[in-house]
Amino acid sequence: MIEPKTRATRARTLHLNVNGKRVAAKAEPRMLLSDFLRHELGLTGTHVGCEHGVCGCCTILYNGVPIRSCLMLAVQARGSRIVTVEGLANEDGSLHPIQQAFLDCHGLQCGFCTPGFLMATYAFLKEHSALRMTDEEIRVAIAGNLCRCTGYQGIVRAVRQAAQTMKK
Amino acid sequence: MTTKLLGEPIKRLEDPRLLKGQGQFVDDIHRPGMLHGAVLRSQHAHARIKRLDVSKARGLPGVQLVLTADDLGPAGGSLPLLIPHPALTQPRTQRALADDEVRYVGEAVAFVVARNRYIAEDALELIEIEYDPLPVVAALDAAIREDTPLAHADVPRNIAAHLVQTVGDPDAAFARAAYIVKDRIRMDRGAAHPMETRGIVAEWDDAAETLTCWISTQGPIPIKNGLAMLFHLPEHKVRVMAPDVGGGFGPKIMMFYPEEILAPMAAMRLNRPVKWIEDRIEHFISTNHEREQIHDIEIAFDKDGRILGVRDTFLHDTGAFSPYGIITPLITATQVPNNYKVPNYRVEFTVAYTNKVPVSPYRGAGRPHGVFAMERLLDKAAHEIGLDRAEIRRRNFVQPDEFPHDVGLIFQDGGPTTYDSGNYPEVQARALNMIGWDSFKKQQARAQGRYLGIGLANYVEGTGIGPYEGAQVRVDVRGHVFVSTAASTQGQGHYTTFAQIAASELGVPLEKVTVTTGDSTQFRWGSGTYASRALTVAGNAVGLAARAVREKAAQLAADLLEVSPEELEFENGVVSVKGAPGRSYSLAALAVASNPIRYAYGEVPKLPAEPLPRQGPALVPGKEPGLEAIRYYSPPHAAFASGCHAAIVEVDADTGMVKILKYAVVHDCGVMVNPLVVEGQVYGGVAQGVGGALYEKLDYDEEGQLRSGTYMDFLIPYATEVPHIETDHVETPSPLNPLGIKGAGEAGAIPTPAALVSAIEDALSPLGIHITQAPVKPDMLRELIAEKRAQAR
Repeated sequence: MIEPKTRATRARTLHLNVNGKRVAAKAEPRMLLSDFLRHELGLTGTHVGCEHGVCGCCTILYNGVPIRSCLMLAVQARGSRIVTVEGLANEDGSLHPIQQAFLDCHGLQCGFCTPGFLMATYAFLKEHSALRMTDEEIRVAIAGNLCRCTGYQGIVRAVRQAAQTMKK
Repeated sequence: MTTKLLGEPIKRLEDPRLLKGQGQFVDDIHRPGMLHGAVLRSQHAHARIKRLDVSKARGLPGVQLVLTADDLGPAGGSLPLLIPHPALTQPRTQRALADDEVRYVGEAVAFVVARNRYIAEDALELIEIEYDPLPVVAALDAAIREDTPLAHADVPRNIAAHLVQTVGDPDAAFARAAYIVKDRIRMDRGAAHPMETRGIVAEWDDAAETLTCWISTQGPIPIKNGLAMLFHLPEHKVRVMAPDVGGGFGPKIMMFYPEEILAPMAAMRLNRPVKWIEDRIEHFISTNHEREQIHDIEIAFDKDGRILGVRDTFLHDTGAFSPYGIITPLITATQVPNNYKVPNYRVEFTVAYTNKVPVSPYRGAGRPHGVFAMERLLDKAAHEIGLDRAEIRRRNFVQPDEFPHDVGLIFQDGGPTTYDSGNYPEVQARALNMIGWDSFKKQQARAQGRYLGIGLANYVEGTGIGPYEGAQVRVDVRGHVFVSTAASTQGQGHYTTFAQIAASELGVPLEKVTVTTGDSTQFRWGSGTYASRALTVAGNAVGLAARAVREKAAQLAADLLEVSPEELEFENGVVSVKGAPGRSYSLAALAVASNPIRYAYGEVPKLPAEPLPRQGPALVPGKEPGLEAIRYYSPPHAAFASGCHAAIVEVDADTGMVKILKYAVVHDCGVMVNPLVVEGQVYGGVAQGVGGALYEKLDYDEEGQLRSGTYMDFLIPYATEVPHIETDHVETPSPLNPLGIKGAGEAGAIPTPAALVSAIEDALSPLGIHITQAPVKPDMLRELIAEKRAQAR
C-alpha cells in the first residue's frame, strides 16, 4: 500500500554543480540521479539503458569519479560536482579530443551508448596515459560499458587516438 | 570532376550531434503537459484472468487514466498479422491488452497513465488481479507432442504452420550416397537487445485533430498507416516519426506493439501528450525474441565429398503468437543450402506455439540457424570422409561462372531464391589466408596441454528485398540538397551514405546535403529499415531521384545557356558548359529559375535580367516547378551478399571459458558506398554473433518463467569478450540494381556461431567433443568437458 505523502517522501530542493554551473532543482527522495539529470535538468545526453547498473549508458562523473547515475538517488548527489556528456565539448561548441576521436574512428553507430563511453573514457584518460597500452588493456578499461552496434573496434581505436591527442 | 564520394570511407555527418549529447531519442522528447505510462504485465505464462480490479489504481492521486481490455473498444481486437502465408494455417496475434487469458509472462494486461512514471508504477501495485493458472507449454522439444498442453485451446498440437519445399529428388540422392551424415542441431532463444529499449511519445491536438507520435521503431510509415486505420483518422492527420533510434536489429520493425496503440489512445482520451518508455526488465519479456529452432538434418555425399542432397526437418518456436507470420523459418528453409550446390533438397518445417514471448526477426533472421545446421554438418562430414574442413566446402561451392544460381526455392519475399553474383572460392581462400589456416596445425601441436582450435564458416545472405522504397530529392534556392525517405535509421549511417549518393549524382559537396528519414510528413511511402535492405532499396531510390533532379537542372541550364544538356557538367554546386567554366549557373540559381514566380527570392541568385522570351503558359505543360523529384526502386528479387568467417580460439577446459585469439572476416556486399560504415556493420554483427555463440541464452523454466531476465544472467559481450576483427572485402557488384550494391546490415551476425563452434570443437578434439548447439555458454562447455573426462577415466 502506498503511504500518504510524508516528510520522507516530499520533494526537496537540491543544490549541486553540474558541468561547471551551480543548479538548483527539486527531487523526491526516490528519484534516480539519472532521471533527475534528464528530466529535471533537461540534460538528456545521459542515457538510461538498463537501470540495473550493467550497461553503463548512464555513466557520469561524480566528484571526478565515473559512476552509473541509475544506481544513485538524486538526493545523494546534493552538493556534488557532476560532469555529463554535455560538459565535454569546448565552449565554442567544438568537439573534445575524445569526441573527435570517436568521430574519426567510427566509434559510434546509433549513438545511444556513446555518452556513457565518452564519460568512461574521459575518466580513464584523466587517470592513465593510454599511450603505451595494449588494445587488451584499453578493452579492460572500457569493459564497464555495453555497445550493441560497433563491436567495440572503433571505440578501442578512438580511445587510443584520444590518448595520443590529449598527450600533445 | 567533383571529389569522389562513392566508395570512400567518409566520416559520418550524424556524429557531432550524437557525440555532444544532443541526439533526440524518444525518451529525450519532452512535451508540455506530458503524462507517463506504465504497463501491468502478466506474471503467468498461461492463465485465465479471474478478476481484474483497477479501482484503487484509478483512485491514486496523480493517476489520470487506467486502461484495461474492456476500455479499448474496436482497438482492443487482435493486432494485425503482418505477413500472412498459406502455410500459416493457425495465425494468432495478441490484443493490445489481454482480455480473459494471458499466454506469456510479460503480456500486457493494463495500462496506467499518471503524472510521472514513479506514480504510474505505484498504481500498478494497486491493481488487484487474480489468475487461474493453466497448463503451460514452454519447451520447444515437447511443443507438438499429442500430450503437451495447448498455448491456444483451438490450435491442435500447438502447430501454427507446416511447410515442405522440395528441389529435385532427395530420396533418390540419399539412396546412392557414399556417405550420409546426420545430426540434431539446436539453436537456443536469444534476443536483439538494442541499448535503447522501445518507447513512444503520443500527442493529440484536439483543435487540428492530428495525432503525432515519436516511436523507437524501424518502420514508422506502416505504423502511421495502421494508426490512421485503427483510430479512423485521415492518413494526413497522423504523423509518425522515428527520431534517433538507439539500435533496432529486427524487433523494432514489429507493428503493433501494444504500447503503440495504448499511448496514442490515452493521449486522445486525455488530450495530453503521453510518454511510455520500456525499461530493460520489461524489454526482456515484452520485446520479441528469436533464434529458437531444432533441426534434424542429414546430408548425402558422393565418394569425393560432393553434396548429392540435403534433408532437413526442423521445428521453429514462434512463442505465444505469430505476428510476423513465418518469415523467420521461411528464411531458414532457404538458407540451408548456403554457398553450395545442393541439387536435391527437401526441407520441412513446423512452427510451434509455446507460452513464451512472441518471435519476430532478429539480425540474421533465421539465417544463423540455417548456416549453423549446414556448416556443423559439413564439419562432421569432413571428419568422417577424411577431408580438410575447407576442402569439403571448396568442392561444393557455387562457382563464379555459375551465376545467376537458382537454388530452386521460393524466398521470403515470394520471389525466387536466385544468387545474383559472388565469388565464394576467392572469399574463403582470402579468409583462410588471413587466419593462417595452413600453418595452424603446427601452432596447435606446439601448444601442448592447451586447447587451441581453428574453425570456419561460410554464408550467403539474401539482402535488399522489396517490395520497394522511395525517395525525394530537392534542391532549395540556396543550393542545399534535401533527401527524404521512409527508410529510417537506427545507427546505420543513412545521413551519410544517402548523402554520398545524392551528392555524387548532383556534384555538390557532402555538407550541402541534408537527409531526413522516417518522418511520415517528409515522405509517406515505403516500409522501413530491416532485412539488410535500406541502402540497396532506398539508396537506389535516392540515386534515381537525384538523377532525375540532375536531368531537370541540366535541361534548365541548357535552355538558359543555349547549349544541349550533354554539354554540361556538374561540379561543386555549379552547372557549367564543359570547357567554358564561365558559362554557368549555380544549382541555387537553377532552383529559383525552376519556379516561374521568382519575386520572393530577392537579389540572391544570379539570373538573366529578363525572363526568357517564350510563348504559352509560364509553366510549360507537363513540367513541374522546383528542382525536385520523387523516384521509387523496387528490386526484382534479393541480391545475395556472401562471406567467410574464420576463427582461432582457446578453451579453458577447467572453466569452459572461450578466448577468441584471432578472428577474420572476408565479406562481399557488392559495391561499397562507404567502407567505414560497411566495416562498422560487420564488426557489430560479429559482436552480436559472439553473444549468440557463447553467452546469450533466454532460459525458460518449464513453467514458462524466464530465468535469465536481467543483464546479470543474460550476458551481452563487453569489449573484453569481443575480439579484434580483421576484415577484407571482395566486391562482386550486384547486377540487379543501378548502384550494384548488396545489403550489409546483418552479415556479421550470420556465420559467427558456426565459425566459433567449429573452432571450439577443433580445440576440444583431443577430448572427442562434438557440439550441436548454440550458444555454448561456459557452464555448458564445462559440463561437456567434465562428462568426457569422466568417461575417459
